[in-house]
Amino acid sequence: MTTLTPILTKNWDLPNSFTLEGYGDYSAAKRALGMDPDAIIQAVKDSGLRGRGGAGFPTGMKWGFIPQNDGKPHYLVVNADESEPGTCKDIPLMMANPHALVEGIIITAYAIRANHAFIYVRGEVLHVVRRLHAAVREAYEKGYLGTGIFDSGFDLELVVHSGAGAYICGEETALLDSLEGYRGQPRLKPPFPAVAGLYAAPTVINNVESIASVPSILANGADWFAGMGTEKSKGFGIFSLSGHVTRPGQYEAPLGITLRELLDMAGGIREGHRLKFWTPGGSSTPIFTDEHLDVPLDFESVGAKGSMLGTRALQIFDETVCVLRATLRWTEFYAHESCGKCTPCREGTFWLKQVLKRLEAGQGGEEDLATITDIADNILGRSFCALGDGATSPIYSSVKYFRDEYLKHFEIGGCPFDPALSTVWGAK
Amino acid sequence: MTYSPEVRERLETDAKEIIGRYPKARSALLPLLHLVQSEDGYVSDDGHEFCAEILGLSKAEVVGVSTFYTMYKRKPAGEYHVGVCINTLCAVMGGDQIWSELTEHMGIGADETTPDGKVSLERIECNAACDFAPVMTVNWEFFDNQTPASAKQLVDDLRDGANVLPTRGPKKLCSFKDASRILAGIPDDLAGDGPSAVGPSLEGLRIAKANGWEAPK
Repeated sequence: MTTLTPILTKNWDLPNSFTLEGYGDYSAAKRALGMDPDAIIQAVKDSGLRGRGGAGFPTGMKWGFIPQNDGKPHYLVVNADESEPGTCKDIPLMMANPHALVEGIIITAYAIRANHAFIYVRGEVLHVVRRLHAAVREAYEKGYLGTGIFDSGFDLELVVHSGAGAYICGEETALLDSLEGYRGQPRLKPPFPAVAGLYAAPTVINNVESIASVPSILANGADWFAGMGTEKSKGFGIFSLSGHVTRPGQYEAPLGITLRELLDMAGGIREGHRLKFWTPGGSSTPIFTDEHLDVPLDFESVGAKGSMLGTRALQIFDETVCVLRATLRWTEFYAHESCGKCTPCREGTFWLKQVLKRLEAGQGGEEDLATITDIADNILGRSFCALGDGATSPIYSSVKYFRDEYLKHFEIGGCPFDPALSTVWGAK
Repeated sequence: MTYSPEVRERLETDAKEIIGRYPKARSALLPLLHLVQSEDGYVSDDGHEFCAEILGLSKAEVVGVSTFYTMYKRKPAGEYHVGVCINTLCAVMGGDQIWSELTEHMGIGADETTPDGKVSLERIECNAACDFAPVMTVNWEFFDNQTPASAKQLVDDLRDGANVLPTRGPKKLCSFKDASRILAGIPDDLAGDGPSAVGPSLEGLRIAKANGWEAPK
């Protein structure tokens, strides 16, 4: 049986966990700044840490792509624009433990030889913004940021930068454009940010949880981290359970834990109901059903079953929920958040929404299922960035697993479900 | 521009400090748009002009950016800007019912403000608090685990000037303008208020402790 491993969440029950007093003394950063920067990159490579923002790219390898001695400034940008539907781990992490992030930033910036770092945090989380500003200020006051940190000769400026409401800015190149003061629209890759990122200079962009995990790797060693998880998905991560589960919340566990194990800890599906469908890692990851309860939640196993680990955002829906309604709402979200830069995504999400609305009202026909998958075929792989690809995930997977439920809408000329039964207060 | 010399001077002082944090001045545009929103309660014509002037951009460039982002309002938001999450999970858990009952109760719809200027309403997308569904926000503070009744009570209290507290936030709810100032990068001193974490945020830790589970040494 897999058990929980509180590391980043360990101090969250302290009333002052968000202060330096409640966090500790940045001993990992202090040690790191006495090391060769390349040795830090190697340690993170050896740990097997993979990006916790959804894509799972090896973090150490990303750092290694930054050209050295190139005479250009380097930048570190933390992606704290957590907005993927279902994803709710970085926000409580920054609320309760912002110093883990700040310490990770110091270590990472030193490793990639960056003297300027940014936390790009979504704007709609005011108290988290306050906590970040306060943590950064505390770190400056202690001399952990600024000039000559730990008498190492290393200087680092850290800026907390609030976004302004745009899911697309979680896409790394859109984030860079936004941080440069433009509309947040993705850039063509290559060149990748490691070569031409912020201000066309070499830039590392990492997710909050990735960076916040770095101090623990430095403190305990790469082997310690690699000792958790599975062969290719090493370490721990925060699993966020939400929806029709008895005790929703944040569960920090080794990668490879299963939904069945997590549900056992969380008291199961809400009383009197059963699991119908769920997302392994946010709405952009194809849905799973009750046949996937024992899939190890690591990058490879989830991928082998046709979905993605994503952000470990486990949105749980019981049998009261209409899968077509869920798909329509996600589609409305993608249409709303599509940045408009490329035609397949901008037009495709718009038309998906129109067709799905008609289907939900029971006014469609079976040929419409071919239409929506055809539209999805014209978005997937043909749009500028991953937003378009993500928009197709609920379409394909819901039609794959719940085709009959779509058909039922046409048969009875409407939705067979009562939405009141899905609410927290509606179903007994 | 119709800003008085005093207002303009104050904004300029703040703006220059913000611009100074960035290697390139234009990076300050998003913070500056939050700043002018903190003055007017929306990004006004004056606000656009101010940002353009201080960054050496055309007004069209600034408008092009501000209209891309949903948090910049094009008409005055209420003193309390209320969001109801209607993304899939919150909608299913009750957000849809909250929205329909709340709009009926208030007699206003999406992106509208009550005649007294107190409360504006927005259908918000996922706000990264799904384990607290259904979620609402007021001036971007969390109001977790809402019901139709609690939502209606909340807006009534806001309109009556009663003391309303976020579930994970400070002991005082600031105005929309004050919130915009924090987002501009000029925080107030309330970071120490409120809990580190509550409820669902602590669920995994609580279970781990109860079972004596720890990370490997």
